[in-house]
Amino acid sequence: MTSPTSDPAVLTQSTPSLISLSGAWTARELAAIVPQARLLRVPGDAPVVAECGRITALDTAGAWVLQSLLLRLQRDGAKVTLTNLAAPFEKLLATVTSQAREQSQRPGVVAARIPGRLEAVGLRVAAAGEQLVALLAFIGESAVALVRVISHPRQIRWRPIAFNIRSGGLEAVPIVALLSFMLGVVVAYQGADQLRHYGANIFVADLVGLSILREFGPLITAIIIAGRSGSAYAAQIGTMAVTEEIDAMRTLGIAPIELLVLPKVIALVIALPLLTVCADIAGVVGGMVMAKAQLDVGYPEFLDRFLKAISVTSYVVGIGKAPVFAAIISAVGCFQGFRTQGGADSVGRQTTVAVVQTIFLVIVADGLFSVAFSALDL
Amino acid sequence: MEPTPAPSDIVVAMQGVVTRFGAHVVHDGVNLEVRRSEIYAIVGGSGSGKSTLLREMILLHRPDSGSIRVLGVDLAGLDDEAALALRQRFGVLFQHGGLFGSLSVLENVGLPLREHTRLDGALIDELALLRLEMAGLAPDVGAQFPSELSGGMMKRASLARALVLDPELLFLDEPTAGLDPQSADGVDDLVRRLRDQSRLTIVMITHDLDLLWQVADRVAVLADGRVQGVGSMAELHRSANQAVRRFFDGPRGRAAEEQQDRLVRARDGAGREVASRPR
Ligand SMILES: Nc1ncnc2c1ncn2[C@@H]1O[C@H](COP(=O)(O)OP(=O)(O)OP(=O)(O)O)[C@@H](O)[C@H]1O
Ligand SMILES: [Mg+2]
Repeated sequence: MTSPTSDPAVLTQSTPSLISLSGAWTARELAAIVPQARLLRVPGDAPVVAECGRITALDTAGAWVLQSLLLRLQRDGAKVTLTNLAAPFEKLLATVTSQAREQSQRPGVVAARIPGRLEAVGLRVAAAGEQLVALLAFIGESAVALVRVISHPRQIRWRPIAFNIRSGGLEAVPIVALLSFMLGVVVAYQGADQLRHYGANIFVADLVGLSILREFGPLITAIIIAGRSGSAYAAQIGTMAVTEEIDAMRTLGIAPIELLVLPKVIALVIALPLLTVCADIAGVVGGMVMAKAQLDVGYPEFLDRFLKAISVTSYVVGIGKAPVFAAIISAVGCFQGFRTQGGADSVGRQTTVAVVQTIFLVIVADGLFSVAFSALDL
Repeated sequence: MEPTPAPSDIVVAMQGVVTRFGAHVVHDGVNLEVRRSEIYAIVGGSGSGKSTLLREMILLHRPDSGSIRVLGVDLAGLDDEAALALRQRFGVLFQHGGLFGSLSVLENVGLPLREHTRLDGALIDELALLRLEMAGLAPDVGAQFPSELSGGMMKRASLARALVLDPELLFLDEPTAGLDPQSADGVDDLVRRLRDQSRLTIVMITHDLDLLWQVADRVAVLADGRVQGVGSMAELHRSANQAVRRFFDGPRGRAAEEQQDRLVRARDGAGREVASRPR
């Protein structure tokens, strides 16, 4: 069986009522004869002899194929006798046959029904609805826990908060600043052509200032952090759920929300506005560099115009969105982590879902902010 | 004392195996021989290096020195192809099952067939189902995923997977750990039946004294980096070696032994095999 020289199982029907079996009837050597065994026909009236003397090896797979063949022939009305089957093989065949008989007496396994197209849509909608309700419940639970902790400030866990501010905030500064700088460069570059056309070079400061401070700064920061920290939250909590750490925590009388969720929410609500400030500065600097290179607007002129054109409101409006984005990122990331069940697969799936949902919700929230701000004339 | 078995009847042979993790010496010259068709148990305290020894036998860890032969193949300097061929000749039941979470139980059991044979999918599913049932699981378990199984079911499913290629040698790491007494009984019945049905050789690691008394043919006691004694439980029981004695002399050791005595008396008295044992 283990030797590289193979000894394939062979099934030959020399006369209609004489079948001879030879070779190794093992899982590795069977493949060729399985279809042949399915097609084999014998006369129903005469006794049939199956000569097994030259079978060199038989394993469970081979015994199964052999007994299936015998069973089918018998059902077709043939009387088959096995001759010269070695004693250990006979024993194995008997075991498998009795197991097969037991199996055939039990009703077969009902395969899971595949839902129709319309039903599948319905199931998906129902699942999405259930998830929405669960998310709202989770947010509610976290809010209650937050209120409880704030009313007993001694219970606030400063260490994990500080740790999360460092890992999710401070360590993200370089990437946020770099990407925002590049965004500022792109915005100024794209605007340069049009502005030059009208000789309105100096308005590049308005363009860069408004777009970065009001929209791009907060948004790019939130999206980076969703990918960076939201996924980490989901994966961490998900892994803990899989290894029963969450259950252990509950059993020890520690509320997982207080230990795992609140520090992350609080830390991110503090860190994200600060990161947004970094993004604003880097973005404006990027625009400024581009303005000088493409539009001959010097730094003093740019800053002068910037101060006149951009109100503090624009800046505050941009920063004001950050805590909301932070709450969305941390809540959805943790929520998806808690929904993990099963194994490694599920952790990966929930992490993906967390990132996709967070980015989606951040952009939806940004849209709602725009509507609200324009209604308020901000 | 006993006749020395022919070399071809030695399934696993370890000679002078030394294993170190940094400065920590786990094995300091382990010698052992497992014979064909026996149930060989390795026991020893926590951290005595049983799992590491098993990992060395199944090609997951290389010893620092010493030689290991499994099924007549020297593990030192084995190339990839030879290692693959050897791996298909033994089955392993991992302590936590090692079932793949992304596959259903039936797919898990059929996986070795799918990877290593050219059989068609329908036949593989039939064979996997047969194996599942032979391991004592209901057919509908096949459609479930490993995360939905209880500990005992997981062990059975994983045993079904280990056996699906009809290996010559089976390794069990703590087959009854973490199981309730009834499931544990089921597992040792299963192990015994396996050995009786085929000429399977079984090497197991266990702390379960009942399993040792009732199922194991020979037991090796591992302590202080060496095998301190080998023999049937009754033989070891008479041993004067300190490390071996420690193993028997706890209250649990005595309880299991009394249990064994009762069983033997009941068996002789009633003249029939006692299938399950109360604890
Ligand atoms: N990968 C590793 N790196 C460092 N040390 C290890 C490693 N694996 C095992 N050890 C050490 O080797 C020793 C033996 O470990 P092993 O897991 O083999 O013990 P064991 O006899 O199986 O114990 P238990 O009964 O608790 O399972 C332990 O002291 C352990 O700390
Ligand atoms: Mg171990």
